[in-house]
Amino acid sequence: MDFKKVSKHPRWIVYALFFIGLLFVPRILSIHDLMLFEYGMTFAIVGLGFNLLLGYTGLLSFGHGAYFAAGAYTVAMIGKYFPQAYSLEILIPSALFFSMVLSLIFGFVCVRHTKIFFSILALSLSMLLFALLFKLYHITGGSDGLRVPLPTLFGMSFKGIRRPEFLSGTYYYFLLGMFSVSFLIMKGIVSSPFGKALQAIRDNEVRAELIGIRVRRYRLYAFVISGMFVGLGGALWTFVNGHVTADLSHWVFSGEIVYMTLLGGFGIFEGPIIGAMIFTYLKLYAMGNTQYWMFVVGGTLIVLVLLLPNGVAGAFASLWSKLKR
Amino acid sequence: MWIIYILNGLYFAALLFFISLGLNIILGVMGILNLAHGSLYAFGAFIAAWIIIALGTHVPPFFLYISLLSGLVGVGIVGFLMEKSLIRFMYKRTLEYQLLLTFGALMLLEDVIKMIWGGQAYYASAPFVLLGKVNIGGNVYPAYFLFVMFIAFIAGLLIWLFMSKTKLGIMLRAISLDREMATALGLNITGLSTLAFVLGAGLAGLAGALVVPTTPALLGFGHEPLILAFIVVVVGGLGSLKGALVGSLLVGFTRSIGIAVFPEIELPLLFLIAGIILVAKPEGLFGR
Amino acid sequence: MLTIDNLKKYFGFVKAVDHVNLEIKEGEIVSIIGTNGAGKTTLVNLISGYIKPDSGRILFFDQDITHASPYVRIKLGVGRSFQLIQLFSNSTVLDNVRTALFSKYEMIKRGLLPADRYSSVTEEAIKILDGLGLSGKESLTPKELSEGDLKVLDIAIAFALKSKLLLLDEPTSGVATSDKFKVMDSIVKAIKKERISTLIIEHDMDIVSGYSDRVIVMHEGRIMAEGKPNEVMENKDVKATVFGIVSG
Repeated sequence: MDFKKVSKHPRWIVYALFFIGLLFVPRILSIHDLMLFEYGMTFAIVGLGFNLLLGYTGLLSFGHGAYFAAGAYTVAMIGKYFPQAYSLEILIPSALFFSMVLSLIFGFVCVRHTKIFFSILALSLSMLLFALLFKLYHITGGSDGLRVPLPTLFGMSFKGIRRPEFLSGTYYYFLLGMFSVSFLIMKGIVSSPFGKALQAIRDNEVRAELIGIRVRRYRLYAFVISGMFVGLGGALWTFVNGHVTADLSHWVFSGEIVYMTLLGGFGIFEGPIIGAMIFTYLKLYAMGNTQYWMFVVGGTLIVLVLLLPNGVAGAFASLWSKLKR
Repeated sequence: MWIIYILNGLYFAALLFFISLGLNIILGVMGILNLAHGSLYAFGAFIAAWIIIALGTHVPPFFLYISLLSGLVGVGIVGFLMEKSLIRFMYKRTLEYQLLLTFGALMLLEDVIKMIWGGQAYYASAPFVLLGKVNIGGNVYPAYFLFVMFIAFIAGLLIWLFMSKTKLGIMLRAISLDREMATALGLNITGLSTLAFVLGAGLAGLAGALVVPTTPALLGFGHEPLILAFIVVVVGGLGSLKGALVGSLLVGFTRSIGIAVFPEIELPLLFLIAGIILVAKPEGLFGR
Repeated sequence: MLTIDNLKKYFGFVKAVDHVNLEIKEGEIVSIIGTNGAGKTTLVNLISGYIKPDSGRILFFDQDITHASPYVRIKLGVGRSFQLIQLFSNSTVLDNVRTALFSKYEMIKRGLLPADRYSSVTEEAIKILDGLGLSGKESLTPKELSEGDLKVLDIAIAFALKSKLLLLDEPTSGVATSDKFKVMDSIVKAIKKERISTLIIEHDMDIVSGYSDRVIVMHEGRIMAEGKPNEVMENKDVKATVFGIVSG
């Protein structure tokens, strides 16, 4: 067992260096690039949460946009209807709460079924939310969506500052803090006995049931936790984007979440983070260069799935282990 | 008034029937959930609209109606190309990969539509207008809707005959019931799978073609029907043809009544009904 | 500790288990032999709770478990391995066993630390693996194991659940003949050490005679003969029906 302790250390050193490095990013990147980076970070949180369900529990949901929307719209609606409560210390817990409730309700329906049925239900339920967000436009802004102004943070107000300055200043560190906390919490969940039980469910649900694991219940827990992470990402994303629309609950957007996770590799913990970053840049690059960006992104996805089934991080990991020998 | 609601319900059901039947054939025979099915539907709409507009008003009406079959044929070809280039890589893979590949295909198709036909709306209402209106129980009703129901009825009958009476159809059903057994019996799984996909795609395209005289072909055309088709599949049971029929009727009528009574309630009501059915029978009405 | 009382299970016309009476004592190793379709696997399925009988009773330590769910039976101590191995294919050998332990000790909901930090559970898992001859292979995944090792791992998981009764469905099938005895040696050594009662379905007569305290012969749903291995093997009727040896 000794060798395990030793090999653990390099990993944590790398993590530490990585997070310290992140502290200096605002000085290196231009404001525009920093905003892009922040988009990537919010999706990294989304990816971490989503992968708990996909990579670790073995359930594929094409409907997690619903929880992203839940978090995002919580922020936007509080901004519109309860502006006196519009501060991050209230917004973030609220977003977590509402995405928890939604994923609990939807998850309860979905986990009673497996595989294809599960995927269809998760997708359909997110479209139900989409339809509601779209049609109840008096409340939600419909297809125009809602504006998301700058929030306050522990009494600190940002009136008079423009969004880019806000984003490159205080908000970056807040976001980094949220990302770090999410990273640590998810790492903890995944290595815990609960995480191991989820993997057992993923690998062989019949045997898992037979060793006394309550498969349905734990799937629901995984669903709700992933929903909350995704909702958190959604809430944090709103400030970078400045605007929320019903599309966030559309299944095509959910598909992008799946795509990112796969792109990075869902077999590795850090995979979704890498995938989120790459996808953010890929999508923007494609959108900036051609009106047929969906063709580019879709084509890349197909190539990826066929050639790199373990994602980018997975390919690197296999390469690394091959080199080690 | 109720006659109109019933007829509308039948009309929606007819369209949904084509789409969900196609989805179920692909699902049953190949075990693949085709996320790009809505795009195939849209493709059919655009092809048909294009041809109808090109034909203009100087041709005998007969040709206008025949051109609706272009949706069936054109998308059947697209389905063939798709299967040969893409889908055939999916058989050995797990569900996740299949969904992702069809998702990628969806994105590709949406932009291919954009590349060919640009972003504008295509109006091809000639077939609709030409059939005029009929009088049903004191109400005026567009005859074109009856025409679509008729086509759906014929198609359903033909498919049923095909599936139960022809050798090919029986082989397809054999595969969907037990793939391993079918391979052991020496059935040509690859060829039959291609056939299933082409058939499924063609049906989606036909639905798109049939609907285009009533609403213009637009980008994003296929999204809503796809969701409704998913609900049909869930309620009717995966891979079941009977389920597609019953599910389509159920969803079609719910939609018709929902729209008449309170438009916002349509989707939530559908989900409620689907939810109740699933609680009672988790595999769907005719599912395994 | 296990009493089967007049158990009956028919599948339509097929009398899979036809009024079977059976008793197994603590620490006994009992083998069931018989032709295919004799009802052996159905009997095991009934005992493990996979299917429910038409009539009759199953008593486990005097507790009536005839209609208990598999989940309850596992908690009480009935464990089984599978003919077609059922492992956690993408988890390490260590995790395969350790997760079962976590489940047994009800730590899945309460454990907040990384799994590796639970040293007592981890060490116990390693001990179980060692006892069955799998030491050194903890960080491998099932994909990298030999057929024999896979079978042993399958049984190791059942061990982790602290089963008092182990149902082994053809534990050496698929294992290379040269490894069969090695596999059975490891299994039986661990069984004997914990005094676990074991019911083994086997076709290999060498294994049966080498390791069983008692042998039961099933034929068409009924118990045809019972006794020590050599007694049963000399039984004329057994030889005729099971081995196809007709004398004189």
